[in-house]
Amino acid sequence: MNCNREAIALMHSYLDGELYKEDERRLRDHLQSCPSCQEHFQELKRTTTLVKNATPVSAPPRFTANVMANLPKEKKRKNYLRKLQRHPFLTAAAVFFILMFSGIFTAWNQDQQVTVSKQENLEIRDHTVIVPDGVTVEGDLVVRNGDLRIEGRVDGDITIINGDIVESDSNNESESDNRLDRNNLRAYSGELTEVNQVYEWVWYHAKKTFKEIFTFEQD
Amino acid sequence: METIIKQKIKEVKKGDQSAFEDIVSFYQNKVFHICLRMIGNSYEAEDLAQEAFIRAYTNIHTFDEKRKFSTWLYRIATNLSIDRIRKKKPDYHLDAEVKGTEGLDMYSQLAADQALPEEEVESLELQTYIHREILALPPKYRSVIVLRYLDELALQEIAEVLEIPVGTVKTRVHRGREALRKRLRHV
Repeated sequence: MNCNREAIALMHSYLDGELYKEDERRLRDHLQSCPSCQEHFQELKRTTTLVKNATPVSAPPRFTANVMANLPKEKKRKNYLRKLQRHPFLTAAAVFFILMFSGIFTAWNQDQQVTVSKQENLEIRDHTVIVPDGVTVEGDLVVRNGDLRIEGRVDGDITIINGDIVESDSNNESESDNRLDRNNLRAYSGELTEVNQVYEWVWYHAKKTFKEIFTFEQD
Repeated sequence: METIIKQKIKEVKKGDQSAFEDIVSFYQNKVFHICLRMIGNSYEAEDLAQEAFIRAYTNIHTFDEKRKFSTWLYRIATNLSIDRIRKKKPDYHLDAEVKGTEGLDMYSQLAADQALPEEEVESLELQTYIHREILALPPKYRSVIVLRYLDELALQEIAEVLEIPVGTVKTRVHRGREALRKRLRHV
């Protein structure tokens, strides 16, 4: 047996209580025939005894009391956090709602540019979208962040977000009256929706989504 | 005892701070012991042990009740001790010898009550000597030796406390034991 490697490894395994019977016998046989390993083994055993018997120390007096005095006070915020950790589904739902609403609010606040659905022959002037006289717009019209003036015709629904439907200039009041009548009668053939408040905006989104789902199901 | 501790941990988790007192008083000696053997002097050891319990309290909700609480607690204590050793490393080697004598601090508490007979004084000197030799080991060997012999932990448990493979624990125990053998052979 190689004294330096194998025998010493076996000694340590023995001291860790991890030596199989067969190896233990091999170690014992070797120790009987090898004085230097015997000495090494005795020293190791003595070392472990010395270390094991090192007086167990006790914590200083009033240790527990000191720890208890230094514990952080139970805080409401902590309870709150713990509750969040205990109810992952509730937390997930809350996060979802925060993200959803913040998304809609941001879309409402940031988009200050006048946008209009893609239709030809529309004029945009000073935040006002004009359907010029004699022009007929085919399909639904959506105006965002601007007013809408209809001098011609719209064939479909009108949605105005963050804006108004404007009647004519004050110069030609008499004409405008006529046109107003005409507006009321035939300027657009579908529904008119105006969305001006944030909650309306949210409602509009919800309705739109619902409608889309509904149409989808009908198809 | 294990079941009582488990019950107490449940109560602490529910927000009952006073239940933690029993946990501290049950484990205080072991935790203080680990810190003292790791850091060397009783003032710092008390500070570390206290911090270990406070950390255990503030992080109690991360403790998995299916596992052994002592393993988790010892891990906090050894990690704190090793961090502290690392922080004071620059001056550590220079006055390692001087520091060793601070080991006397902990015996001053023992000596407070009664006058010691001659042989006990001798045994105290031996204790101090062993304590100093353990402290002279590099921290990675010191931690396994402390856990193995002062708390009689199994190799598997030491591996869990230190979060290292059992094979590594074995090697470190062997090397630490060899180093101590060389230092203590003349005692």
